[in-house]
Amino acid sequence: MVTLEQIVKELKEYDGEEIKIMEVCGTHTSSIFKNGIRSLISPKIKLISGPGCPVCVTPSVYVDKLVELSLKPSHCVLTFGDMMKVKGNQGSLTEAVAKGGRVRVLYSPLDSLTAAQEDPDTQYVFAAVGFETTTPIYGLLLDEILKKNLSNLKLLTSLKTITPALEYICENEKGIDAFIAPGHVSVIIGSQSYEALAEKYGKPFVVAGFGGEHILAAIYEILLQLRDGRHQVKNMYVSAVSQEGNPQALSVINQYFETKEDFWRGIGVIPQSSLGLKSAYQQFDAGSSFIEYREELPKGCRCTDVILGRITPVECPLFGGSCTPLNAVGPCMVSTEGVCGIWYKNRG
Amino acid sequence: MCVAVPGKVIEINGPKAKVDVMNNTCDVDIRLVQPKLGDYVLIHAGCAIDVLSKDAAEEILWMFNELEEEMNGHPGADR
Amino acid sequence: MKIDLSYGSGGKQTSSLINDIFLKHFDNPVLNRLEDAAVLDVQGRIAYTTDSFVVTPLFFKGGNIGKLAVCGTVNDLAMMGARPRYLTAGFILEAGADSQVLEQIAQTMRETADEAGVQIVAGDTKVVEGSGNIYINTSGVGEILKEGISIANCQEGDCILLSGNLGEHHAAIMSERMGIENNIASDCAPLFSLVEGLLEAGIDVHCMRDVTRGGLGTVLNEVADSSACQVEIRETSLPVSKEIQGFCSILGLDPLYMANEGKMIAVVPGEQAEQALAAMQRNPYGAYAQIIGRIEKGAGVRMITALGGSRAVDILYGEGLPRIC
Repeated sequence: MVTLEQIVKELKEYDGEEIKIMEVCGTHTSSIFKNGIRSLISPKIKLISGPGCPVCVTPSVYVDKLVELSLKPSHCVLTFGDMMKVKGNQGSLTEAVAKGGRVRVLYSPLDSLTAAQEDPDTQYVFAAVGFETTTPIYGLLLDEILKKNLSNLKLLTSLKTITPALEYICENEKGIDAFIAPGHVSVIIGSQSYEALAEKYGKPFVVAGFGGEHILAAIYEILLQLRDGRHQVKNMYVSAVSQEGNPQALSVINQYFETKEDFWRGIGVIPQSSLGLKSAYQQFDAGSSFIEYREELPKGCRCTDVILGRITPVECPLFGGSCTPLNAVGPCMVSTEGVCGIWYKNRG
Repeated sequence: MCVAVPGKVIEINGPKAKVDVMNNTCDVDIRLVQPKLGDYVLIHAGCAIDVLSKDAAEEILWMFNELEEEMNGHPGADR
Repeated sequence: MKIDLSYGSGGKQTSSLINDIFLKHFDNPVLNRLEDAAVLDVQGRIAYTTDSFVVTPLFFKGGNIGKLAVCGTVNDLAMMGARPRYLTAGFILEAGADSQVLEQIAQTMRETADEAGVQIVAGDTKVVEGSGNIYINTSGVGEILKEGISIANCQEGDCILLSGNLGEHHAAIMSERMGIENNIASDCAPLFSLVEGLLEAGIDVHCMRDVTRGGLGTVLNEVADSSACQVEIRETSLPVSKEIQGFCSILGLDPLYMANEGKMIAVVPGEQAEQALAAMQRNPYGAYAQIIGRIEKGAGVRMITALGGSRAVDILYGEGLPRIC
């Protein structure tokens, strides 16, 4: 059997044509850095990061809406920790708290039920961000809200779907040779979701787990496919990912949500790339559809090019100068999972 | 993009289960999966989103076996 | 009994609070005189520091705010190579605070002070409007036993020792907040005995730091910046318990950036590293101590990962909040 040492040796010594591989999951980006993967492979294998951080692609006007709600009398915003530092045009939720806004960090959307039941006089709004991994959990939350007949808990949604974004990248970016497909999104949507893309664009899609070995194995798999001129969907996260995904989770998504076009911070509008509450459930929406998505990136910010893999973060003129995690200019610097944020923390 | 962690189901109470992650116990919603006692589930934001079919060590062995096959020009099934 | 604003008036209620809680528990000849300031005997040069404590919840597995308030200050003194001698304690109580809770905290402070070998010799109490929270400030003086211990004093070739497992305090506090059950207790502890052990073993300690807020990653960056060197650590040498690993994986946290309250690093000459490690491991607070890395030429902090890769380790930005994505 091939060993990890052999794989590492071959990846290090690779001296063929330059290969560009894009990972589209913030947790992969993070794992690549944490394990020092780049230092273990040939400089001819370029790993670039796609739009895989839901927080980074969340428009600043969405953050503005959250800030506004948190400051509204008898309102309270509930959120994952990830959203706290993301800056909108009116500052971040952390800054809103300093102005007297009410914000609470929760671990699970389902914990918001307890909050809403204990305090019926407060209107709670959950900042529902995420990809397909998290969306079914909002569905379960809506089940409970309906069952308990709660009127003081709503969602402000910014829910993205990954395949339209991948299609957008394949369509607009010609330099990418292969994709490491997201592991936990694939748990829900299944590895078959990438078949059409692999076929249409002739590129390998490898579904990978999150350990360092998983990532090295996925890169090696891509090398083998490119060597053989193959472009297959290969699931290498077989303990968790099946071909068809999790049908129960998909049906929960379909019950409450429908596809719509959406604005991705740093990219723009991508058709059919988001999930919003169906009209039958509009009473649980805290105003997501009224958010006007018109924004431009700050002057000089090259987050678009970074998200689309055209440049690495260090090639942006603002990186590390006027744009750092403590004072993020662009969306990719705001989150721990943002491409620039991760690169900055691991610079040197 | 999505932090998720495997944990062992140690108690089931209707739609909820107690799950152990290396000696940390948390309550997890299991309405998206049908785990049995002793199963390992993948937990994301307080919910089980999957029942794991292999453990991590098995998976790594499988992975390297697959790669071995492919190295020698026998690509397995596409998935 | 609920403490109201009249207990901060300086009148009768204030003195009853002082007598019934603080004098009762802190009891020592210097404090009992109730002078405007404590008059102290010390030997030679002193180290002097202050720290404030604002933890939620006030009580947690492994300690409470009182234990933190004593340990935090005595540890800062110990890290400068000083034997902690005297503390002062200032309390800011929000109206509605419970006198029994305050008494428990004072009792813990006394127990911890006894263990750390210090006396609480002066104090102050104020009551402000609010919702019953308690805040404590402690200041302390210690007698310098070894001169020259400094964050700017690390030399190329030195080894870095860490006194034990990472992340326990942070995880204990956060488990309560997040409803995760485990046996993780705060590591909150007075560390002078560890320091004394190193000095008695004749170790030429160059630098010590307690690894508190911001975690090991942040502290090592401070070392690299102040000593103008590169810190290199090995991932496989970092002591992290299985329970903490599990806890971190649930919430998407990194033990490198989690707060500890009973852990320190010591930077010692390479040739004394093994001897220093043995001295640390002889102490219960250093049982899981490890040599985690070395001081090299260069800048910043690098980690050799378990897979043999190399990466940078940065400081903590913002708060370490639970993540899902």
